[in-house]
Amino acid sequence: MAALLASLRTPRGLIVALILLVFAILPLLTQAFDQRYLLSIGTRIVIWSIAAVSLNMILGYGGLVSFGHAVFFGIGGYAVGILAANGLQSGWLQWPVAIAASVLWAALVGALSLRTRGVYFIMITLAFAQLVYYVSAGLEAYGADDGLNISRSRFDGLIDLRDKASFYWLCFVLLLGTLWFCSRFANSRFGFVIRGAKSNDLRMTALGFPVFRYRLAAFTLSGAFGGLAGILLANEGAYVSPAMMSWVKSGDLIVIVVLGGMGTLFGPLYGTIAFFVLEESLKPLLDLGHKGWGEYWQIVFGPMLVLIALYARGGIDSLLGRRHG
Amino acid sequence: MDYLLLQMLNGVQLGLLMFLLAAGLTLTFGIMDLVNLAHGSLYMMGAYIAWTLIGWTDSFVLGAILALPATFLLGIAVEAVVMRRLYARDHLDQVLATFGLILFFNELVRVIWGPAGKSIAVPQFLSHTVDILPGVPYPAYRFAIIAVGAVVAVLLAWLVARTRVGMLIRAGASNRRMIGALGINIELLFSLVFGLGAVFAALAGLMAAPLTSVKIGMGDDILILAFVIIVIGGIGSIKGAFVAAMVVGQIDIVGRAFLPDFLKTFMSSAAASSAAPAISQVLVYVLMAGVLVWRPTGLFGQRN
Repeated sequence: MAALLASLRTPRGLIVALILLVFAILPLLTQAFDQRYLLSIGTRIVIWSIAAVSLNMILGYGGLVSFGHAVFFGIGGYAVGILAANGLQSGWLQWPVAIAASVLWAALVGALSLRTRGVYFIMITLAFAQLVYYVSAGLEAYGADDGLNISRSRFDGLIDLRDKASFYWLCFVLLLGTLWFCSRFANSRFGFVIRGAKSNDLRMTALGFPVFRYRLAAFTLSGAFGGLAGILLANEGAYVSPAMMSWVKSGDLIVIVVLGGMGTLFGPLYGTIAFFVLEESLKPLLDLGHKGWGEYWQIVFGPMLVLIALYARGGIDSLLGRRHG
Repeated sequence: MDYLLLQMLNGVQLGLLMFLLAAGLTLTFGIMDLVNLAHGSLYMMGAYIAWTLIGWTDSFVLGAILALPATFLLGIAVEAVVMRRLYARDHLDQVLATFGLILFFNELVRVIWGPAGKSIAVPQFLSHTVDILPGVPYPAYRFAIIAVGAVVAVLLAWLVARTRVGMLIRAGASNRRMIGALGINIELLFSLVFGLGAVFAALAGLMAAPLTSVKIGMGDDILILAFVIIVIGGIGSIKGAFVAAMVVGQIDIVGRAFLPDFLKTFMSSAAASSAAPAISQVLVYVLMAGVLVWRPTGLFGQRN
């Protein structure tokens, strides 16, 4: 508790506290100012943050550039969607099945792709994600390309996910849980092996650590949390489709993690907020310059990514001053 | 039997188109160690520029020929402005920056040419069919693609294996620092190779245009397939890219053509025709996974 209060005195701690506070009371704020649209954006930011934190575990801490992370949106989402389409509405069934499916897929992909290095790893993770994408696009019984409308998971007697505020708070609590888990992960012996392997996996192997197995475990964990984000995303839109796991979404997730600051606990959170705020604000900003330009916001956003890649590697987190520890 | 032959020719034609795209990609990969996701954007720009030039010149051949130097200049410009700064960076920076370039080019096309797709007509003198066997017609335009693709593949093989530039390219692929130390102007070489890759991508894009359509994001899906090809073939290997492109072309087309009939033996016909393209795509990725498990650096990749 004392350490927590001490961290509030640094600018970084203050900003994190402020962000979490705003997130915690967001439904009250949007209701007070009658901005329902903002709550739906807020929900998506929270869900994408969970996915970004999970990608950060392997990309940021582990240095493994997985270019197929959005596949877990799809697997988590489709597990819920397919069960729902078959009349199984209970979240008690849907959610564990979806997580299990994500874990299984992550373990399989990890076991194959972690044998490769560098560019090959980037491409094989992308290719496996595309594989699932095409399978889902070929599922005639579940809407193929058009996707599938579903009703939200049922947790009878506990929580009604159709209520937007309750659903938001559930997502927020799950984000807090994911962040808590990630901080435990990053500071554990397990996490230090992963971080050590990022800077020099040969040395870690020489020290006697089975790097492959550690990485596989991290990859699988990351997939589990990615699947959780997929479950939430499917429930948020009451809809699943192959587009959830298009490779552009995987690219967006990488952008978010780098933008926020790789290998930092709250970086993915800053990144997600910045990404959504940029998307929502570039449009009206460009429209100010000339009516109709807002539609072309990506013509500004694209070069921004180039500049971030070239000149701002530390991401937003590094703007908040040096880290201690 | 005739049907099989026609589909295999289609597979060869698709394979050659993908080879053109993959060749530039594998060269930039192998020599500059650059992950260029925006290679598909050059494919798309090639098709759009050709569309405009064909409109101006009123001739497919003239427009296509003029589009090649135009995309060469575009490639050189992209290299000079962005890529040059990325060579020394790690792959993550390259992925991020070239992902940004994709967004930029897709949006640029929307600004210049509008959101609706364009179509390029098959040129008049190639709109007939040719009998490959007595009584088995095949579109002349597809033949032309096969011919151009084959000629370019041979030219490229000659360039890489028999010329001084090719020697530098091969030397660069195996040790780029060393050739720099030996006094070769690597910056010029890199610009040249990147421009060449852009020309090949544009050629593939504009030749594919009459068969499909010219639309935003047209390069993105085929780019992933091109990545799969160079990963199967081994990064930096032209020969590997060619072999893999041919195999992937056959799997894709033959899968699309014959899987539906096979699937119909145990599925409803609607489900079969929807599942077949998905399965043939999946087969390509399964092939890649298999190759990587067997040889983690691809069929013809360098092993250390």
